[in-house]
Amino acid sequence: MNIIFIFIFAMWLLILVGGGIVVVLLGPIEISGFGESDRIIKSGIQVVISVILVIIWILALSKIKNWIFHKQLKT
Amino acid sequence: MTPEIIAAVASSAIAFFVVYFMTPSLIKGFERRNLTVKDYNKKDHVMVARPGGPSIIGGIVVSELVLYGFFSSNEILALIITTSLAFIVGIIDDRKVMGGWFKPVALAFATIPIILLGAYDSNLAFPIFGDVKIPALYIAIIIVMVPITGNTINSIDVLNGVASGFMTIASFTLTICLFIIQNYEIAIASLPLGFVSLAFYKYHKFPSKIFPGDSGAVTLGGMYGALAIVGGVEVVAAVALLPAVINSFLFLSSMKRIMEHREIKAKPVTHTDDFKLKATVEKDAPVTLVRLILADGPKSEKEVGYTIFRLAVFSGILAVITAFLTGVGQ
Repeated sequence: MNIIFIFIFAMWLLILVGGGIVVVLLGPIEISGFGESDRIIKSGIQVVISVILVIIWILALSKIKNWIFHKQLKT
Repeated sequence: MTPEIIAAVASSAIAFFVVYFMTPSLIKGFERRNLTVKDYNKKDHVMVARPGGPSIIGGIVVSELVLYGFFSSNEILALIITTSLAFIVGIIDDRKVMGGWFKPVALAFATIPIILLGAYDSNLAFPIFGDVKIPALYIAIIIVMVPITGNTINSIDVLNGVASGFMTIASFTLTICLFIIQNYEIAIASLPLGFVSLAFYKYHKFPSKIFPGDSGAVTLGGMYGALAIVGGVEVVAAVALLPAVINSFLFLSSMKRIMEHREIKAKPVTHTDDFKLKATVEKDAPVTLVRLILADGPKSEKEVGYTIFRLAVFSGILAVITAFLTGVGQ
């Protein structure tokens, strides 16, 4: 049972760390030189980075899940 | 008393008492018309009225309309329309057998009023590190937020009292967090969700007299997601919902696709001779939160429910810490 509390805590830490990475990576992105398209290109880059981060987040969570719930999942 | 306090007290009382007084007649009406389903976790053949969505949406709409009378804000209007649309999605799913993709897609459309009314701030606030401005990407977050919260609450509605009890804890946590980040208007607008959940819990708790059904669970979850968006507390709201998120995550990672409960062939939970809940050993059964809780050994339905509530309180504490950390970052 305590293992679920640990998993929730691990998810929370991943959210904090993930939030930091999002702010550091997505925040400073500025595109110029493409005129009207600047905003679209900037948004496109943000979307791609976000999708990659979400995939990494899910993979990390899966690893943690397998590691924490190893015994339970075997049952 | 300031108008804000009057609005908070009036809307909370209306939300609570509309559900408190409307649900018993709803139960009687459903029982008369044979709109009942079997409670599979009871030893005897127990039939329970379903769905409780109409009384839940009644409490929410009436109380939020009162708040709209006080504040006349687009945010509250967006909350009312999006939550009502979520209810319609749920009631369609209650009445007709729809595919696994129906609810997520239909709930995505329910977010359109939030976008059209401009009831959001495209800055995404993170704890410690501050805000990030993502105008285009934020629209995508709005579109996925309500389907995720709606389906997440629906997926945790597996035992007597769990969905309404869990939502009571999560939504009051969200209210506290909204007060911490000083978004007072949306904090007051979030109060009806907690009081509606609390009033419904009276009839939904073990042994249930009524089940919320898809219309009830999706309405509660949909409004929670809409509040997270219009209140600018997306991350905090996700943290408060972590036990339910874990349930969905474990389910999806074990089944590899979105599916309805009725489509599951191998059941994750079975019963002992004395009708306690017990985790199954079937390899094809989905991994769920309840199955993990039962990994230690059989427990009564009530015990499992209280364990989920303890997890909700733990997540709530983490959400409050997150709200304080979000304040630090700004």
